[in-house]
Amino acid sequence: MTPGREAIRSKGWWAAQRWLLLRRASQLLVLSLFLSGPWFGLWIAKGNLASSLTFDLLPLSDPFVLLQSLAAGFMPALSGLLGAALVLVAYNLIGGRVFCAWVCPVNAVTDSAAWLRRRLAIKTGRVPDAATRYWLLGAVFGLAALSGSLVWETVNPVHLLQRSLIQGLAGALAGGMTMTLSVLLLVFLYDLLVASRGWCGHLCPMGAFYGLLGPKGLLRVAASQRAACNDCMDCFAVCPEPQVIRPALKQDGQVSPVILDRDCTACGRCIDVCAKNVFNFTHRFDQRSDS
Amino acid sequence: MKPEPTHQQRKEAGALASQARRKFLNRIAAAAGGAGALALGSLFAMPPAAARPAQALRPPGALPEAEFAGACLRCGLCVQACPYGTLRLATPGDGLATGTRVFTARNVPCEMCEDIPCIKACPSSALDHRLTEINNARMGLAVLIDHESCLNFLGLRCDVCYRVCPVIDQAITLEKLHNPRSDRHALLLPTVHADHCTGCGKCEKACVLPTPAIKVLPRPLAQGALPEQYRKGWEEKERHGGSLIGEQVQMPVRGLEDKAPGDTRLNSDWKP
Repeated sequence: MTPGREAIRSKGWWAAQRWLLLRRASQLLVLSLFLSGPWFGLWIAKGNLASSLTFDLLPLSDPFVLLQSLAAGFMPALSGLLGAALVLVAYNLIGGRVFCAWVCPVNAVTDSAAWLRRRLAIKTGRVPDAATRYWLLGAVFGLAALSGSLVWETVNPVHLLQRSLIQGLAGALAGGMTMTLSVLLLVFLYDLLVASRGWCGHLCPMGAFYGLLGPKGLLRVAASQRAACNDCMDCFAVCPEPQVIRPALKQDGQVSPVILDRDCTACGRCIDVCAKNVFNFTHRFDQRSDS
Repeated sequence: MKPEPTHQQRKEAGALASQARRKFLNRIAAAAGGAGALALGSLFAMPPAAARPAQALRPPGALPEAEFAGACLRCGLCVQACPYGTLRLATPGDGLATGTRVFTARNVPCEMCEDIPCIKACPSSALDHRLTEINNARMGLAVLIDHESCLNFLGLRCDVCYRVCPVIDQAITLEKLHNPRSDRHALLLPTVHADHCTGCGKCEKACVLPTPAIKVLPRPLAQGALPEQYRKGWEEKERHGGSLIGEQVQMPVRGLEDKAPGDTRLNSDWKP
């Protein structure tokens, strides 16, 4: 049975889609803050996710890009450093991979691939080791240091997509879009045909970076009502990082009901699809549990 | 006390351990190999800095090309800060690092804003924040590249590139030369001086020809350099207030004894 059908039946459509829809809204909101300027002349955030200036006041920079530039041997300007520090502190507080679920525009692409893979019951392919992303992260910084250039940013789907949407449509459309579309298509097909949740969960060095950057974030999902679990496996089916659920849900190696693994993106999809209301959003130190 | 493991048990444990070790190493090799392949793939997608096309110019204060691709964060803040829409993103078709900033002078030249908003907006060191005087920007160098179609070279008075130059009479001057064709007019040749040209591209934009005779090119492409030891005698002479090797003796030239030194015109009755 399709994961989440039982939840829709028992909780109603909205309650069974709530966090997914709120997450899409959050991703669109971030994008629209950047797009309102170039599209309607209403400037809220200038730049893009790599580096931006909001209300001509608040600088924010992606520490992943900034560190690549540092590795390449270049000291960013003060506004860039300040922006990266702010982002670093923010994700350290709420949890690094919250970026992946709530901000990153590629999330919609890989979620769609995962949805279609479930829908078409595709079982083909070979899942790479989850540690591949850390090797790739190392390779990205290594390449930057060796070449003195931001090599990964030529293909990084996250920044390619954002840049194409914000600045590509205004200027030379064809060339920039071709690269973006081909990279995104590769990611989509890879997740659909080769590896379930292959890109975000196993390869993306940016996700790995954010996971390392804020491994002990406050915003967490907890299996507070874990005694009610009826082992329907719907949460495992929809989770982008299924290995994170078990310790909290089945008390495997930990007592706390909170999902503490740094890989958890706090997407809240498990809360949505659970018909027994086992999961809820909470903070890291919430020990309340029914078992 | 635990009993000593038998030889058989030891062998089995060893086999298990070696199997686990092999599996572990295989896993690491696959992960590292996959990561390496992906990283190398990204390297191939990156165009080399040397491949920059001649007419893609960088914003004011931009680092040298080889360094630019490492410092630029590809955020586009300079593009959005430009009030004239001069800058745009490089796309893969440009043969440049994707997402870095360029402009094409013939389309929209740099208007040379006094407050240089593009540099102020830059969160990286790709645009040099120490550049505060726009006249010191060196985005490229204008070159009057086609002497055959430039109207001034044809003896006409177009002068448009000279008139639009924001650093008129310094970056571009009109050099007066005798016009050998009509023998009674002057040629006023637009001449670019690298010491003052900012490479803004207004001359290229304004050139009245369907294809401009004057073009702004990246400096490494357009500019030559004298050898280190080279000294211009007339400049040295002026600097020292006289010749460094003493006054030269002016020797008369045979057959021209009645003429002033340097006057080599022949008399009308001269026969070889």
